Amino acid sequence: MQDLGIQVLFRGTNFLRLWQGLWVSLQIAAISMLFSVILGIFLGMIMTGKNRIVRLLCRIYLETVRIMPQLVLLFLVYFGTAKHFGLDLSSEVSAVIVFTFWGTAEMGDLVRSAFLSIPSHQYESGYALGLQKWQVFFHIMIPQTVRRLLPSSVNLLSRMIKTTSLVVLIGVVEVVKVGKQIIDAARYDVPTSALWVYGTIFFMYFLICFPFSIASSYLEKRLKD
Amino acid sequence: MENHLILETQELSKSYENQKNVLNGINFSIQTGEVVVIVGPSGCGKSTFLRCLNMLEPIDAGVIRLDGKEIHQDFKKAHLIREKVGMVFQSYELFPHRTVLDNIILAPIKVQKRKKEDVTKEAVALLTRVGLFEKKSAYPRQLSGGQKQRVAIVRALIMHPEILLLDEITAALDPEMVREVLQVVLQLAKEGMTMIIVTHEMGFAKAVADRVLFLDQGQVVEEAAPFEFFTYPKSERAKQFLNTFHYEAIEI
Ligand SMILES: Nc1ncnc2c1ncn2[C@@H]1O[C@H](COP(=O)(O)OP(=O)(O)O)[C@@H](O)[C@H]1O
Ligand SMILES: [Mg+2]
Repeated sequence: MQDLGIQVLFRGTNFLRLWQGLWVSLQIAAISMLFSVILGIFLGMIMTGKNRIVRLLCRIYLETVRIMPQLVLLFLVYFGTAKHFGLDLSSEVSAVIVFTFWGTAEMGDLVRSAFLSIPSHQYESGYALGLQKWQVFFHIMIPQTVRRLLPSSVNLLSRMIKTTSLVVLIGVVEVVKVGKQIIDAARYDVPTSALWVYGTIFFMYFLICFPFSIASSYLEKRLKD
Repeated sequence: MENHLILETQELSKSYENQKNVLNGINFSIQTGEVVVIVGPSGCGKSTFLRCLNMLEPIDAGVIRLDGKEIHQDFKKAHLIREKVGMVFQSYELFPHRTVLDNIILAPIKVQKRKKEDVTKEAVALLTRVGLFEKKSAYPRQLSGGQKQRVAIVRALIMHPEILLLDEITAALDPEMVREVLQVVLQLAKEGMTMIIVTHEMGFAKAVADRVLFLDQGQVVEEAAPFEFFTYPKSERAKQFLNTFHYEAIEI
């Protein structure tokens, strides 16, 4: 069974190492997402505010982040800060910074549109019942914003998990990197290992992201008014 | 209890930024237990008038008095006025994330700090009265338009408002649901609820009103008992307005 590439997966702790690699990506995604949600809520609130200049600045930030490939941002932060500011950021920290920078912009935009999609009559009918501004905000606006936000932020999280595979390029030892190491080690005796290893990584990502995708569309259906 | 003046406006005027004189010196008064119906062509300022009365819109000039006390345009205290002046909108505006019961009990608990059990008991009794007891745990999306509007009425009633403002509450409903909602309002009128009602249902207006107010271009053009207004309108504008309804009736 010389060329049955699947055997590399079970050589030593290879399979476990792949999962550990994915775990690194997931941690980066989870931490970035956490920061993005917190900062994004603030950003979203600011974006619904009245000040035009502030709104314009937010818009520019959002468009910039969307236009720039994440990879460029990663290089910019990881190599750029080291070179120009003498900062020695670890590749994991750089990744979290970049993904938070990106996620905050996306999350802010989601919060903004969720907030604006609540018709003005909704809070007026709260006021008409004698509720005060903060009560309307707390009991009517926030719950509805969160519900409108849930599907799209779950979706953002799964996009973020997928995009974290880029961090291999600034030297984070995550699942793709581990996969490469395994393939390299088996270069001579299992020439077809690349297909098996990358295929496995594909399924691992699928296994993680698919539930999010299901959850997102379930929530979307479930929470429609 | 003796009927007395509860709400009045003097020379009430209001403009929007891009729309001048939406309300143009309105003098109006209503007694407790009285039902006043406001009719008039679309865009004449009916909604704006009601919205000014419970401070959803600031006014530019004139005075509004509730229980003899002037309502100052101090929006930090608007909730104190709105507690006494209930309002139901055309589009129901139930809170979609709360069940029927939770829609109804939110304000009495949060605003009036009443006990949850008491409020729930009253809510159930009111729901039973409007024929919606079995819907108490449903979400708004599971109700028909007519059912939603009846819930909205209950939600306003449970605050025990001194006066209730109804802004075209059947305008968004399918014809077969209009009746069930108007029935509830007729019942309220019979029980002595003070109401200002904006409606395009002329038959209903005739039946429910103690007095009809015809509004046009932000002014009270005519004010009369319903029979008088619908049978012998005095002004040209009112005649024209009522004629449009005759044509509609013939076309149907
Ligand atoms: N928020 C607003 N901003 C600007 N103009 C408004 C606003 N609300 C109503 N208007 C204008 O004021 C006039 C009266 O409106 P409204 O009170 O809604 O009339 P009605 O309820 O009698 O149909 C209309 O010309 C309308 O376009
Ligand atoms: Mg109107």
